[in-house]
Amino acid sequence: MFSFKPDRSQYPEPGPDGKLEIDLETGKYLKLWHGPNHPGITGNMSVELTVCGDEVVDGKTHVGYLHRGFEKLMERRTFIQVFPIVCRVCVPEPDFNEYCYAAAVEELADIDVPEMANWIRTLILEMGRFNSYMMAMGGISGALGLGVVGQWMTYTRDLMLDRFEELTGARIYHMFILPGGVRAHLPEGFEARMEEVLQTAEKYLADAEKLMFHSSVFKTRTKGVGYIDPALFERYGVTGPNARAGGVAKDVRKDSPYLVYDQLEFTVHTETESDIYARTLVRYKDLQETIQLIRQILRKMPKTGEVMSNLPNVLHWKIPRGETYIKGESSRGEYGYYLVTDGTGYPRRINVRGPSYTHAMALLEHLIPGTNISDVAALMVSLHTYPPEIER
Amino acid sequence: MRELLYRLKDRYHLGTPTFQRDDLTFVTVKRDELRAILTELRDVEGFTHLTFLTAVDWIEEGLFQLTYMINNREANQSLGLRVMLTREDEPGATTGDTIHDLWPTAATYQRELNEMFGINFPGSPRVDEEFILEGWTDLPPYRRDFDTLAYSQQTYRERPGRGRSDPKAHMQETLYPDYPKPREAAHAHKEEAK
Repeated sequence: MFSFKPDRSQYPEPGPDGKLEIDLETGKYLKLWHGPNHPGITGNMSVELTVCGDEVVDGKTHVGYLHRGFEKLMERRTFIQVFPIVCRVCVPEPDFNEYCYAAAVEELADIDVPEMANWIRTLILEMGRFNSYMMAMGGISGALGLGVVGQWMTYTRDLMLDRFEELTGARIYHMFILPGGVRAHLPEGFEARMEEVLQTAEKYLADAEKLMFHSSVFKTRTKGVGYIDPALFERYGVTGPNARAGGVAKDVRKDSPYLVYDQLEFTVHTETESDIYARTLVRYKDLQETIQLIRQILRKMPKTGEVMSNLPNVLHWKIPRGETYIKGESSRGEYGYYLVTDGTGYPRRINVRGPSYTHAMALLEHLIPGTNISDVAALMVSLHTYPPEIER
Repeated sequence: MRELLYRLKDRYHLGTPTFQRDDLTFVTVKRDELRAILTELRDVEGFTHLTFLTAVDWIEEGLFQLTYMINNREANQSLGLRVMLTREDEPGATTGDTIHDLWPTAATYQRELNEMFGINFPGSPRVDEEFILEGWTDLPPYRRDFDTLAYSQQTYRERPGRGRSDPKAHMQETLYPDYPKPREAAHAHKEEAK
């Protein structure tokens, strides 16, 4: 079997400040820009690679291609006007932003949410998780040359977007979860149509499992590659499937149940290898769990009830001075909103804590040195990062 | 959490804590005691996860607030440590203490705070490198005195062919062009009454 053993004697030594002394004039090294437009890049970001042969010596993450100053823009808007902005922080799973922001406002403004609205919110979050995992599965298989799985996953996600459109009126940015509840009840016959989508998804996932997890190409390119030492998890703030693939059975839904997760039964799946294969497998199992959760929610949720509580006039809404942090378990790890209010009609500060912030910056830069150029895309996609969360 | 804060209060100067929820508490600490408190909480009390680090600009009070949110995953407790810094107008003149040696991921947060708020963290890796903005020479944009509206008016121009209209009047003209405008209708009603 071919094994690659690079001559590391030529590699640069870090200086006293920890920076590598790389002299491009020697001809030993080459700068290679991986992104911002690249099939193996998740979203618009780039990694500045320094390579020696085909091994990466150093990697720096560059973000900012999507920066629109969301957090600053929110400070100039009333609490209700913030809603069209928050969902745009994360394209594939925007509902977490809506939920976290709404819950933060509700906590500081002391607003109660009807039980029915909590069930619908949970359903929405799980539907968003389904979509996000579908993109992740399609992304990792696409990055490794299994493009057909990407096509299947995109098609299945599209079916779920139909359900989103039916429920909320929009496919991507739903703006459905508001402070005090949600906009509407489930439409008539929604459960049956959702079941059709879930059955189609299961059919494609069964095929995807055979094509991915039983493929020698996939195994060769992912097993033992992109290993994250569990000792790094706390130092680099690793959460979600990336940590669960290293044996950390932590999930905010189980540990600090929010919405109605304490009334739902589900398993937190873990692996121990902490490589790309393990991370993909955890996501695959989580996706199966999400499908069962959607069924469980639709079965257990009440059929009638209020979905929105009475709110004060939102155009003249002032929230007393205070601060809070609301978190939830997104498909990528702990997602949270830190909201500071100052007694006026505008937020003083909103900070979005996206899991990609730590995963795609400090952690990725730590993991990249020593990898092969061809593994960078798989490594990056396996961390499941979305750049807008970094730039906000 | 109360017991932990009582224990810490014996040795450190803590402000009055805010028990926001059963699993979330905020407390203000002194800047020169921050590192010792963070180290003790991380190594002894199980607060091993740095959830985020961010700043709040209290311009009216001349202060920057740094919020260090740390989490004890086993006990499911989050603690927000607030550090108040004197707010200097000159970007980079306000400095905080770097904690990248406690959590390497803090370097990214500190780099962002240096760029967006002008709060410098001397000794933090690559803290002076551009993070999100490119070639930025204006005030750090997340400061309260940075006016986003004035900036966009100075920087960008109106796209030709675009006009502004009152949404209500626009919808009425588009959907109900034959329907009299509210003011005209009121006027006609008055004329009829005469």
